[in-house]
Amino acid sequence: MRLEYFDMIDTVVAFEPGEKRITTRSTVPAADASPVFEGHFPGHPLVPGVLLTETMAQASGYLLLGLNGLTQMPFLMTVDKARFRTFVEPGAVLDVAAELVIEGSGYAATKAAITIDGKPICDAQLRFRLMPFPADMRTLMEARIKAIGLVPEQA
Amino acid sequence: MSATFETVAGIISETCDIPREKITPESHAIADLGIDSLAFLDIAFAIDKAFGIKLPLEQWTQEVNEGKAPAEQYFVLENLCKRIDDLVAAKAA
Repeated sequence: MRLEYFDMIDTVVAFEPGEKRITTRSTVPAADASPVFEGHFPGHPLVPGVLLTETMAQASGYLLLGLNGLTQMPFLMTVDKARFRTFVEPGAVLDVAAELVIEGSGYAATKAAITIDGKPICDAQLRFRLMPFPADMRTLMEARIKAIGLVPEQA
Repeated sequence: MSATFETVAGIISETCDIPREKITPESHAIADLGIDSLAFLDIAFAIDKAFGIKLPLEQWTQEVNEGKAPAEQYFVLENLCKRIDDLVAAKAA
């Protein structure tokens, strides 16, 4: 993870199009490797809940890109029932899972959760607006999904 | 008023925080109720779940934007409810 660049997902562990589900993994940087921990909190480094939400959103976004073959770009629209059950410290290895709940016309809903060694850390229900790719973003996303090892469905 | 309208009006009232009494079958979701496109996606999500359908919002929006259909055809609530009833019937057929 590169928290300050919002680069939250390190690698795809499993992408299951039939199950409409993805599992990814991310390692939280060391305390002295990210300025985020200088402020959150001095002497008590913890990953902010908003960045855990972003991590779940990105796993969901990659799931949607994988399923739609990069025909539309998902943008986070709604966060429901977000629960943060325990603290996440520097160096933690996060298993981030997301599954499709419903895909409508122009939107999609997912359930996402983060665990560490099987222990629930946080979860949320997320919704995304599906839109045409803004200029150049598709190229960026193609490079990103290649970097994390996601092989999308053919559109 | 139809059961479909009652359900849709309840969804709009709850989703957009609009007093239920302001929502009538003649209400235009955009012009009268001030619902924007993002809020309408929230409504579509709730309608899809409530009726077990998939509102073809992208197709409707494209038709309106291209001048192939008047917005009233889809976004006046009595017309929207008729579309919902048609989609439910098509699914059951």
